[in-house]
Amino acid sequence: MSATETVEPTEDSSPEHTSPEEQVWLGLYRQLFRIRSFEERAYRLFMEGLVKGTSHLSLGQEAIAAGFGEAMRADDYTFATYRGHAHTLARGTPMTGVMGELLGRANGVCGGKGGSMHLTSVEHGAMGSYAIIGAHLPIANGAAWSAQVRGTGQVTVCFFGDGTTNIGAFHEALNLAKVWNLPVVFVCENNLYMEYTPIGDVTAVEHPAADRASAYGLESIIVDGNDPDVVFEVASTAIGRARDGGGPSLIEAKTYRHGGHSRADPGTYRPDEEVAEWRARDPVPTYRQRLRDRGVAEGALAAIETEAAADVDAATEAAKAAPPPAVEAAYTNVWADGGAAWRN
Amino acid sequence: MAELITYRDAVARGLAQEMRRDPSVYFLGEDVAAAGGGFKATKGLFEEFGPERVRDTPISEEAILGAAMGAAMTGLKPVAEIMFSDFLATCWDLVAVEIPKTRYMTDGQVTLPLVIRTANGGGLRFGAQHSQAVENWAMAIPGLKVVAPSNPRDVIGLLAAAIRDPDPVMFFEQKSLYPTKGEVPDGEIVDELGVARTLRAGQDVTIVALASMVPRAMAAAEELDEIGISAEVIDLRCLVPLDTRTVVESVKRTSRLVTVEENPRLVGWGAEIVSIVGEECIWHLDGPLTRVTTPHIPLPSADALEDEFLPSVDRIVEATQKAVQ
Repeated sequence: MSATETVEPTEDSSPEHTSPEEQVWLGLYRQLFRIRSFEERAYRLFMEGLVKGTSHLSLGQEAIAAGFGEAMRADDYTFATYRGHAHTLARGTPMTGVMGELLGRANGVCGGKGGSMHLTSVEHGAMGSYAIIGAHLPIANGAAWSAQVRGTGQVTVCFFGDGTTNIGAFHEALNLAKVWNLPVVFVCENNLYMEYTPIGDVTAVEHPAADRASAYGLESIIVDGNDPDVVFEVASTAIGRARDGGGPSLIEAKTYRHGGHSRADPGTYRPDEEVAEWRARDPVPTYRQRLRDRGVAEGALAAIETEAAADVDAATEAAKAAPPPAVEAAYTNVWADGGAAWRN
Repeated sequence: MAELITYRDAVARGLAQEMRRDPSVYFLGEDVAAAGGGFKATKGLFEEFGPERVRDTPISEEAILGAAMGAAMTGLKPVAEIMFSDFLATCWDLVAVEIPKTRYMTDGQVTLPLVIRTANGGGLRFGAQHSQAVENWAMAIPGLKVVAPSNPRDVIGLLAAAIRDPDPVMFFEQKSLYPTKGEVPDGEIVDELGVARTLRAGQDVTIVALASMVPRAMAAAEELDEIGISAEVIDLRCLVPLDTRTVVESVKRTSRLVTVEENPRLVGWGAEIVSIVGEECIWHLDGPLTRVTTPHIPLPSADALEDEFLPSVDRIVEATQKAVQ
């Protein structure tokens, strides 16, 4: 029996026997599981002292990156924050280069000059991870403006946290995006905490992004950011509208981090009941169960998991084996001529 | 053939020259389109190039520079105007943290061919928040090129060079120079960044100046000539890249250096020139390395006070005499 003969998914879920709908589900699960596996490894490597400095994980928040990653066209642009591992991977950036960058190795996507907070892979449309709150919203506008005047149909998606909604650049960017009708989708990952402070304690409105939308002539949109199907649908709609000249969107996706804000922060400022409630809504096992309930074969899911685990292992080994960047590399690429000279 | 035009009109001519030549050059800023700019330095561009390429923005400096940066990353060559250089402080994250570092942090994945034009400096009685000379702020940031022309011809040639440059360039137009006139040749003018110009040859002392301080240094040199001091005057034109060779070679001949800058005293660009000359020409020197600056105060508004504190021809003459004695 093949997928052309039945709309019901079957136990045979190999790619050639899956329906288009099931392929989307498997794509979403693949994104979810790969990001989860990568982030768990990144955390372990941080605790082992191999990832230096800081790292901001998306554990618990994977469904947003997964849903948008699957909805975007290959030449669309992603602008992410310092919590950007997930969004960089979701565009298809190989794990090896991302892991190498986290470990400060020469094989990193930025040659070791960016680090965890500045992951970038232009060839995959990952236009950078920006570590100053709000900075990249105006920059995302610029990429959208460029696509608009070049007439390429490319859409820019810009991710940021709930804390960003209280900085000036957020408001400047939304206003200009609307005035210029830019093909840009702003996505607020509302994980309820601005670093260590409940967002509600420091924000004038209940919904930090959605309640501001009307001030910029935008629709107020709040979605369950832990549901990959919901995120994929809202992403597809907003991206499609932007591509068709319908202008910007602002989406507030509610989610929750499993861990703290960064590094080894245990997040003890969060009530136990709240953590437990969101743990029960962990997107990875809940989506897995949903796909099983829909009849997706265990084998198809297991294959995704096996492949992800192998990729994480390979990326880890490659990063550990890679040399640190050469000292001379510090003097390269300040300027477009490749160098760093400031005088003759 | 040549014609006499103002520094102000040279800005529009330089921009038009490059916008005609390269369709990827876009221009954005507050009141820059139909209004022709707060200083009327961009008159005529909107009429020639239309609202697509000459864009009015809200009063949102971060949005302006963000738009320029994102556009530069993805195939355009934007020129962004920040009306007064004082307003750079409202978008300093973009100027100091995003634009100059992104190429480096991505190890060359991103190129940022953009120009930030801004009206800089004092002399118009605008008070401390609309009169700062801040080219030294930009000079302190690795990853920014810094240009400050002193005359209409250089405005065109250096603006063209800045637009064609693949790196971010801060282009400081000295606002008190806008009405000044200078001779400009016909046809395309394109200069090279990082090349100083020796405007006047001399044997006794090298005076290094920038932007509005250049005509004052030239006037001082004429007065010094009358009292028997032969001054060489160098218009630095760019702070980054810095043409140290022209300065060092001159000082090796004259044995004395005076820098004239509009910045307040502390960490002005003259200090960097003095430091380089001190390191590289010490055995050639016959007098103290001398800086003429605005005192380390915010610039007052009243004409009597502003004129007192911006480096004047008299102060340059006096300081140079001391350096030569």
